[in-house]
Amino acid sequence: MAENVTPRVRVPREASAGETVSIRTLISHPMESGQRRDSDGNVIPRSIINRFVCTFNGETVVDVTIEPSVSTNPYFQFDAVVPESGTFTFIWYDDDGSVYEETADIAVN
Amino acid sequence: MVTIKKNRLGLMGGAAVAALAFAGTAMADIGDNESLVVNGEIEMVIETDPPEHLQGVFDRIYSGWVFRSDETQAMQADDFENPGMIFADQAREAFDTVMGSEGNSCATCHENPESLADVRSTYPVWDEEHGTVQTVELQVNECMTERMGAEPYGYDSQEMRNMSALISSVGRGRIINVAMDGPAQETWEQGREIYYTRYGLLELSCANCHEQNYGNNIRADHLSQGQINAFPAYRLRNAQLNSVHGRFRGCIRDTRAETFAVGSPEFVALELYVATRGNGLTVEGPSIRN
Repeated sequence: MAENVTPRVRVPREASAGETVSIRTLISHPMESGQRRDSDGNVIPRSIINRFVCTFNGETVVDVTIEPSVSTNPYFQFDAVVPESGTFTFIWYDDDGSVYEETADIAVN
Repeated sequence: MVTIKKNRLGLMGGAAVAALAFAGTAMADIGDNESLVVNGEIEMVIETDPPEHLQGVFDRIYSGWVFRSDETQAMQADDFENPGMIFADQAREAFDTVMGSEGNSCATCHENPESLADVRSTYPVWDEEHGTVQTVELQVNECMTERMGAEPYGYDSQEMRNMSALISSVGRGRIINVAMDGPAQETWEQGREIYYTRYGLLELSCANCHEQNYGNNIRADHLSQGQINAFPAYRLRNAQLNSVHGRFRGCIRDTRAETFAVGSPEFVALELYVATRGNGLTVEGPSIRN
């Protein structure tokens, strides 16, 4: 069970129609790979974020499968074209079944 | 590379004439055109006139930020890019968590972390009640043991570094103004003594590197003036927050000496003295360093 998992997103508040905006996301997470052993020689069980999805007004922007080699506190930055005002929804799926969700509104003028 | 040139030039006065030929415009960079504004709103003082007790020692005092590469500098200018803020946010949760036998959290007395905005810029400070100089870490543990009935954090533990980062982060932009007179003076003088004492097989004092050779290379890195206004620092080399005392220990260890312990009276005295060397700079922690 991962503790202190906090999602953060940075989306511009405003854009013009059809503009490409840069979106930054970060989630604090230990991303334990499942390859390491503790001091007693036991395998530390895998515990990672395995999927990250960003949608805009219900339409998929990115859908990422994340593997154990991704390091602590995964950071994703990507561009998206914004045709209209709306809401970005960001969802992270944890190995332990937890789902973390964050939203950000953007206004098109 | 620009950083190397500008520092060497800006800081080695007499030798600069010969060096001008190859470094040219870089010299103007040191402090003159650079500025650090965090999140577009918190303005930092990255260089200023030295405090009175350092006049004749330094022409100017510089935040360690000045000595870092452009990329490292940029990370500190935006909280989203600054991994140190993740740890400060973790402490924000701890701040509201009830700990110990008294049923208190930090928030019971202090409401929110922002109410502690003046702390980082004035610590270490003389504590009348206990008759000693208190660092932020000692103060946190005093609250935990005496007012919350909780087990104290380890002085250099993850929880303590997180809390220290939080207390520093809410005070960013405040001018460092640590008192060295009055009852704290004796401790301050002890700290100065340690600063100028050569330790270890290499027989190096703090001053040998950070006063006489700042701006020069130490292996692949550049020596700063050893200011601690930007601690705790998120170091890229170990990807975690590093405390002031952790840094002191690392420096003394590198002279191949037996070091003082973190949280020891010797390091508290040294922290007080070094903090006053930065009076006039701003609180920057959690900062990004190599």
